Parts: sequence; structure tokens; C-alpha cells
Amino acid sequence: MSPDSSPADRLPTDRLDGLRDLLERSDAALVITAMAAFYLLFLGIGAILNYDLAGLISILGQVTFFTAVYALVVLALNLQWGYAGLFNIGIAGFMAVGVYSMAMLTAPPTGSPPGLGLPISVGIVGGMLAAALIGLVTALPALRLRADYLAIVTVAISEIIRLTYNSPAFSTFTLPGGIALGTGGASGIGNFPSNPVRAIYYVDPSSAASGTTPVGTAVFGFFETILGVVRSAVIVDLTYGFVLAVVVFLVYTLLAQEDNSPFGRVLKAIREDEVVAKSLGKDTNRFKIKTFMLGCALMGLAGVLWQGFGTGAVYPQAFRPELTFYIFIAVIIGGAGSNTGSVLGGAVFANLLFLLPQYLPNIIEQTFAIQAAPNNFIAAVGPIAAGEVAPLLGYVLNQRLPALRFVFVGILLIYLMQNRPEGLLGHRTETAAAVDLSEGHTPGGAVRSDPTAPDDEPGGVDDE
Amino acid sequence: MSSDSAGTADGSDTDRIDADTPADTAGSDETAAEPPLRVENLRKEFGGITAVDGASFAVAEESLTGLIGPNGAGKSTTFNCITGIHEPTAGAVYLNGENIAGLAPNVVADRGLVRTFQIARELAEMTVLENLMLAPQRQQGETLYRSVLPTFRDDVIEEETELREAVWESLEFFEIDHLAEEQAGTLSGGQRKLLEMARALMTDPDILLLDEPFAGVNPSLETKLLDRINQLRAEEGLTFLLVEHDMDIIMEHCDPVIVMHQGQVLAEGPPEAIRNNERVVDAYFGDQQ
Repeated sequence: MSPDSSPADRLPTDRLDGLRDLLERSDAALVITAMAAFYLLFLGIGAILNYDLAGLISILGQVTFFTAVYALVVLALNLQWGYAGLFNIGIAGFMAVGVYSMAMLTAPPTGSPPGLGLPISVGIVGGMLAAALIGLVTALPALRLRADYLAIVTVAISEIIRLTYNSPAFSTFTLPGGIALGTGGASGIGNFPSNPVRAIYYVDPSSAASGTTPVGTAVFGFFETILGVVRSAVIVDLTYGFVLAVVVFLVYTLLAQEDNSPFGRVLKAIREDEVVAKSLGKDTNRFKIKTFMLGCALMGLAGVLWQGFGTGAVYPQAFRPELTFYIFIAVIIGGAGSNTGSVLGGAVFANLLFLLPQYLPNIIEQTFAIQAAPNNFIAAVGPIAAGEVAPLLGYVLNQRLPALRFVFVGILLIYLMQNRPEGLLGHRTETAAAVDLSEGHTPGGAVRSDPTAPDDEPGGVDDE
Repeated sequence: MSSDSAGTADGSDTDRIDADTPADTAGSDETAAEPPLRVENLRKEFGGITAVDGASFAVAEESLTGLIGPNGAGKSTTFNCITGIHEPTAGAVYLNGENIAGLAPNVVADRGLVRTFQIARELAEMTVLENLMLAPQRQQGETLYRSVLPTFRDDVIEEETELREAVWESLEFFEIDHLAEEQAGTLSGGQRKLLEMARALMTDPDILLLDEPFAGVNPSLETKLLDRINQLRAEEGLTFLLVEHDMDIIMEHCDPVIVMHQGQVLAEGPPEAIRNNERVVDAYFGDQQ
């Protein structure tokens, strides 16, 4: 495109090229564009399903929430697997440790099951520390062995954790000193402290009837007068989604700092060839243990923020191994080794593979006016003899589509492995250094002593 | 392979061709300075195979010592045992008088003994720049909290800036600066060898073990590298132990030369003597009689 061409002269393909350039240059633009696309998609879905304004805000809240929690845990896995090559397939277990520890620390002592009644902040930090400690216990013996042993140990520990929380033996128990605690067994824990975001809007966070804070009055009033009546609960959920987005941003920033540093460089070296890293004097076990613990702590945090406040209750069934599988798929979609790719992978998985299949049956039923889908296979296939396929279609859509998520995921995985094994952003070269390594060098000449010296072109090699 | 022939005081059957060789000096004169690297009765078994069978030798300070031998003689296994990649079955490896046998490779490297590999082990999906930036020891930013906390970030950046300059200088010297931002896995075999040597030197070692470093390197650069090795020996006191199949390099530049055969040290001495040693000739070309 010529630099002096006016916007009116630009062909649509030129504009697309300009957008592509922007997206390639700016990670923020990439994530914002992707999220805008997902918001539009789900607003469209809400419109098709004739949702009112509260429904539309609710659907946006869901998109934000699931994108954020998936992005958070995918970032944690990317640190362990994408960067350091630590094959952790016990993610669900570490998330469970985080949320259960938080629950037991914060649940009221008089509740059922009883907890310690500590503040939420203590619960969140405690959940992260507990997950990190379990990570340490898991990693210490396994990290000395080959990578596949770590995988075996983590998947085993994840199931041990889930089954322990599920066990009636720990439903309620008493620690030495008479302190009562409990996991709630198969029933789980439902007496979480209320979502801390509610404190922004309600005088008493545990009760919407307690009256609104000045912020609550202003925000609820805005939505009520400008946009019509909206349920306050959806505003709280949307706000919580944005709070999680801020947490994701902070974690992303932390991990980007860590990756773009000598520490991150050693992690990459461990992933590439641990013997070489050791032969260069790096105590790889120390790096691996720190990284594994940090990743597990972030998984614990993701568990707390996902299950702890999302539904207000936690059950062992929420931490089945398929959750771990979902997170791996999201990392593969985004591209292992890229933090921005992890956020995008989490967003793509959460929206297109997790949320969309939940809405798709309703959309198709509404679009094609499929009536009263049968609820069993015999009733679905019977009418085919009479030439009616709608019951079978309705049965598949209504009864089986969300359950077919694994099939979609499998198809996508096969496609990715064959056509783009590096994922969305795995092809990028993200240099692990705290400075731009190409600076400070003049091609074919001496090292530049003053990088700010005029008339010196940076970069030591030809640009691609 | 048998160890029956090990009958000398140091447990080997070695031709000490020149009484002034460092190994002999180290073994016979207790008042002499301890050589920076000394291997004593080193033995490494893999199941039923004895790869190194009681090897003993010493590497004198600031020397360029050659280690040669036919394929399967045990040279690379000896390197692996010295550098901690393999734990020796028996024997000792003295680094500046301290037995380091069985220590982890990172501990050995941290003490100043670094190696390159026979088949270049570049970090394939890292750039050439990253490969070299990785090498310097004890970088501030290798501590997790220093890498992320803003308080320490400026120090990390300052150190990275200094290292970057050293890395570019090294890349220019090894004539691979035009590949600086390429993924190391895309380099040719010879370029990978250069990268490995540059990376090992970036660790600022005292002793460098080079395993066939000139394989695939063009002759003009080979001369330049040998000049550099000699410069590092003279000016910075580095010691080199070199495994090489190119006899011209060994005979022209290394002194002493250690010959391994069937896991044992067959002979050691100055290159002229090694060249004319019958046992060495037999080991390489077979017994002509």
C-alpha cells in the first residue's frame, strides 16, 4: 500500500492487511480483537434467542468469566509445560487443592462442613500455598526422573486428591486440638463466603436485600434508567468477570517478566535439553521445582477464582481428569510457549468449545423450529421409517450436543496436529531476555558502546 | 575388554613416553603442583560392557592436551564421567585436587570445568543469541524473585546489557553473528559446533573439554579457533582437553597427547613420540604382523 493513498483509495484487502499488521505487532490488539469477536458472537446468539438486556449482559458476563478462568489456568500450564517442558497432567487436582483449602480456611466454624472462619484474603493465599506445597511433594521425587514419570505421578496425585475430597471419611473430621474441619465428601462445600465483588455493590455482601452501597446505587441506577430494568445479579457477575480479567492481566505481566529474563531462559533450556543446561552450570532441579510450585500455586488460584466464587459451591466431580484435558487442548490451540497464545487459546476453548456447544442446541432448535425433541434413542430413530428426521436431529442436538464436546475437541485436535501443530502463536520467536538482544550491535562491525549514538541502525542480522 | 593388563602403580598399562609429561610428574612428585585435572583409575561399566577400564591421566595447567583413540576407545565416556553426566563405577576425578567424581554436571560446571559434546547439542528452538546468553554463570536474573520484582529488574537489565555485548563479540569472533537471531536448530553442523564452543567459553571456564570441536568447521576458521585457544591459554590461563580425530590438528597443536584404547590409556607423551609409538599404531591400524 502506498503511504500517500487516502483511506478512500484503499482496497478492502489493504485494510485487512493493515489489521493483520496491527495484530501481528500488538499482542494487546490481538487479544482485544479476539474478545470483541467473541462478545459479538455471543451477543448475536443472545439476539437469536431473544434474550432481554439482562440476558445479554449475563451472557457477556459468562464469556468474560470463562475466558478469564481458562486463560489463568492455561497461563499456569504454559509456564510449566510450554516453557519448562514439565508435563503436568494433574491440573484438576491442584485446582481442587486451591479451592478446597480456601473453602476450609474461610467456611464458618459453625457451618456444615465446618471451617476455620478466616478472612477471604487468607483463604486465597492459603489455597495457593497449599497447591504449591502439594506441587512440591509431587515434584520432589518425580523431577529427578524422566519427564514421563512426572506425568504419571501428577495424574495419580490428581485422582488421589479428588477421591480424598470425595471420601466420606473426610466429610467432617477433627484436628488435634479439637478444631473441626470438613470437605463435605461427595456433597462438597457450599458455605463459601460470599463473592467479594458483592461488597462493591451491597452493604451486606451476603444479602442483596441489605441495601446498596453508593457505588451499587449509581451503577444499578445507570443500568435501570439508561438501559431499562436489569437484574443486579448479572451486574455483579459481569463485574466479577472483569475482576478476573484484571487478575489474568496481572498474572500475564508477572509471567512475561519471568519468561523474559535469565530465569525464563533457563526454563527454555531445560525444555530443549536439560543435559546441556546442567552442563552449563544450571541447577535444573531448583529451577524445575520453583517453576512447578509457581505453576501449581496459579492453578490453585484459578481453582479458587473459578469454583470458589463462581457458583458458591464446590464438588469433587468438578475436578475430573477431563478438566486437565481441556486445559491442555487450550494450550495446544494457543501455542505452547507463548503467554499471549495461552490467553487466546483459553479464550478460544472457553468460548467456542465450552460455551458455544451449550447454546448451539437452542439456536438450531429455534432456527429450524424443531419441536419437542424425544429424550431417548428409540423414540428418536423410530420416526425415520416414516421419513421424519427431525426427532433424531432434535434428540442429538438437545440431548447429546454438549456431551459431544469431546468429539469436537478431538476433531479440532486432529486438525491442529496435522495442519498447525504449533497452535495460533507457537510459531513466534519470543526471546527469553530482559533486553532486546538484537540491539547494541552493528552488522559486520564492532559492538556499539553507546546504543543511543546517532546514525546507527540497530539489529545485528538482516530483517526477515 | 579386560583389565588384566593394569599392572602399573596407577592401575594402568600406559606408555609414559616422556618423563616430563604432566601425568608422570603428578604421579611421582608429591611436591609438584597439583594439575588442574587428574583422572585416576577411572572405570565406567554399562551392564556387561566396560567402556572405561581404569584410565589414569592428568591435564597440566594451561596445556592443550589431546585425547585420541579409535572409535569406542572410551574418550567420550571419559568426558561424561569427568563432567558428571555419568557417575563413574570406580575411580576418581580430581579438579584442582578435589575429587569431583559423581558430582552433578552443574556443580562441576560451576567449579569451572565445562565441556562441549561430540554431536553438537544446540538448544534448537532457542535463538543463537539466547544460547549464548544462557551460558554465563550465576546471573542475577536466574533467581525467580529477581526476575519479576521491579526492585531488582533494573539490575537484571543492566547485567543483561553487559552480557549482550560480550555475546555479540563472541558471535563475531566465531563468525556466526549473521545467524544471531536464527533458531539454533537451523544452523549447519559446523555452525552448531562453533555455537557450542562459543557457548562453553561464555561460561568463563578454567578448564574446557572439547569433544571433536572442529568437525565440519572450515579450515580457515579452524586455524583462527586454534589461535584463540592458544591466546586463552596464554592470557587467561585456560586449560584445554581436546578429543579430535583429525591427526594433523592433534600432532601440530596438542602437547601432550593421550591415547586411549579399549577404555584404557595406552600411551601419553609429546606428539612426535606418540606418532612413532608402535602400540598406538597397532591400536589405530591393527597389528600388521
